[in-house]
Amino acid sequence: MIEKSRLKIPQPYARPGDEPDFSYLELSPAGEIDKPQIGARTRDLEYLANGLVRVLDDDHEAQGPWNPDLDPEKLQVALRWMLLNRAFDDRMWQIQRQGRISFYMQARGEEAISIAQGMALRSGDMCFPSYRNQGLYMYRGMTLVDMMCQCLSNTRDMCQGRQLPIMYHSKEGNVFSISGNLATQYPHAVGWAMASALKGEDHIAASWLGDGSTAEADFYHALTFAAVYQAPVILNVVNNQWAISTFQGTAGGERRPFAARGLGLGIPGLRVDGNDFLAIYAATLWAADHARRGHGPTLIEHVTYRGGAHSTSDDPSKYRPKDEWDAFPLGDPVERLKGHLIKIGAWSEKKHEKLWDECVEEVTAAWKEAQQYGTMTEGPFLDPVTMFEDVYAEMPKNLESQRRRLLEILGEE
Amino acid sequence: MPKMNMIEAIRSAHDVMMERDSSVVVLGEDVGYFGGVFRCTDGLQRKYGEHRVIDAPIAEGGIIGAAIGMGVNGLRPVAEIQFADYIYPGFDQIVSELARLRYRSCGEFFSPVTIRTPCGGGIRGGQTHSQSPEGIFTHVSGIKTVMPSNPYDAKGLLIAAIESDDPVVFFEPKRIYNGPFDGDPDKPGVSWANHPKGEVPEGYYTVPLGTAEVALEGEELTIVTYGTLVHVAIAAAAETGVDAEVIDVRTMAPLDVKTLTDSVMKTGRCLIAHEATRFGGYGAELAATIQKDCFYHLEAPIRRVAGWDTPYPHAFEWQYFPGLKRMCAGIQRVMEAE
Repeated sequence: MIEKSRLKIPQPYARPGDEPDFSYLELSPAGEIDKPQIGARTRDLEYLANGLVRVLDDDHEAQGPWNPDLDPEKLQVALRWMLLNRAFDDRMWQIQRQGRISFYMQARGEEAISIAQGMALRSGDMCFPSYRNQGLYMYRGMTLVDMMCQCLSNTRDMCQGRQLPIMYHSKEGNVFSISGNLATQYPHAVGWAMASALKGEDHIAASWLGDGSTAEADFYHALTFAAVYQAPVILNVVNNQWAISTFQGTAGGERRPFAARGLGLGIPGLRVDGNDFLAIYAATLWAADHARRGHGPTLIEHVTYRGGAHSTSDDPSKYRPKDEWDAFPLGDPVERLKGHLIKIGAWSEKKHEKLWDECVEEVTAAWKEAQQYGTMTEGPFLDPVTMFEDVYAEMPKNLESQRRRLLEILGEE
Repeated sequence: MPKMNMIEAIRSAHDVMMERDSSVVVLGEDVGYFGGVFRCTDGLQRKYGEHRVIDAPIAEGGIIGAAIGMGVNGLRPVAEIQFADYIYPGFDQIVSELARLRYRSCGEFFSPVTIRTPCGGGIRGGQTHSQSPEGIFTHVSGIKTVMPSNPYDAKGLLIAAIESDDPVVFFEPKRIYNGPFDGDPDKPGVSWANHPKGEVPEGYYTVPLGTAEVALEGEELTIVTYGTLVHVAIAAAAETGVDAEVIDVRTMAPLDVKTLTDSVMKTGRCLIAHEATRFGGYGAELAATIQKDCFYHLEAPIRRVAGWDTPYPHAFEWQYFPGLKRMCAGIQRVMEAE
């Protein structure tokens, strides 16, 4: 046979109507991957980018050196946040379907990442999230009412009607503003971390993006700057297998894991079971310690699955098997943490049901309150002339005059 | 009063601000040990250390993106993009992030980044070292756009830019770094030493952003321009013998409309000049703004002298550049029109 060049167009293993096929996903048994000392050379850590750090095994037992040995009480708290995240997403999804908000994105199946990392980081550490990290805002003190008001663009919207739903920001909670453009927050996290080190402070930064967004130049800019200056930053790739309709191979995930993207720059990469709360927590603590002790950045790939549609504007039944999540070998992060708590005698099905009901009630109460501050159809409404504020620190003359003109036009109506 | 060229004035602005404010940091390609390819940051790393004057990898998007993050964490970064022609890889970070951060977070987050970048032609730089992309940035809400035409303004405006809590894109017309240029390439070079605007105070002062200046007073015609062409316009006024008033815009956004319209109401004639290409250029905004307020004072149509609507050619620089000859022709056409 004559060998010649050929163009490869990556194709997912299963499309609608096919049997789900995760044979491409390389797994390691729970507890198998060694945990290195802080400060080990990156060249000695390559196994971490190729293996899969897992703590929870299929029988819900915690295994191996990465087990963070957390108190059951702390795990119950974590489970509560994950359930609240899911209950919130469920409700907001329905609300969008009823036409009461314009848009929504849920974190279904990825809740462990925001909650475990939120809990493993310190409150002074700065988070530069992507659009599926609502759990971070919740954990860092944003109320459900405030989040709902943002989604409603009502009178209590922190964004004053300027941003699509879910583009939250929290200066108080040290969670940055969500842009809506992909990967742009990655170099911000690196710059923030550089400034922290430059000022002699102990805070680190963390940022998140999806497998698809690793193709953006900003991803590589961030890795380069982080490596060059040894910035104290944790760069997370949430590999949920799908970027809208393209599978992770379209972003280049087929040859080597995303965790290995930084190895060429000397950045350690950890490939972690993204549905295993304990593994994520332990990996984040390791990376945070690594950064705080002057060893620079870590890239963490969280292997997970996007349990829902990309957004309310998306229909995944058009491009992937309907039951694909059920076949995902790493399961559901909520079920796995729940299973572990039951296994260690710190939880029960009954308690779980009760907790879920509590979370649903909390969300319902929040929704009732949020609507009092206005909905898309019922007042009170935001004053549209506020659109001219905050473009600059002080309003320049041209905006002042446009603001006056809008007031006139509104008065004429 | 000390004499400075524009490079020395820009360096002095950095020095003054780094001395006054420990949150001011400089980053960019070659800005550290070497002091920048145009020497604008020479000596700063020796004085303030490598943590405050940082040599960056060749990634303009990374430089601007990292500067934004530094600004969010309380620093006041001054980022140099080596040539304005290289700014495009950082364009998304400027437009989608830097310009809108304050707006989208309702003032909770902002990043006071100043982006300095040499622009313009007349140095045999071809199409990758001669561009004037200011009009692309004036179209973006949330950033301020500045271009000085002399050492005094360069220092005062740069200090104001660094102090501003708003992001500023600061264009430096590199043809006049070392001396004013009247647009005639056949004349020998002139230094700033004998120019009144080459007298620059050693210490702190500002030229406020958003203020234009009357660079030459006159009664018959207003020439609205900025950067290198301020000097070409003044020379062309002398050459044609027309009593022209030359307005140096200095800050393109936000624009000091009143200084422009006061002049045009007085003279009744207006010529707009910039090096950048004409179609969809910043001059169109100036023309529209001026005619709206000055229509009944105008005795002739507003005309523009600008770069041709082609990429900047290497071998035909002086046929492309809107120099003395084209400025004189522009003046005559506005003066002849009834």
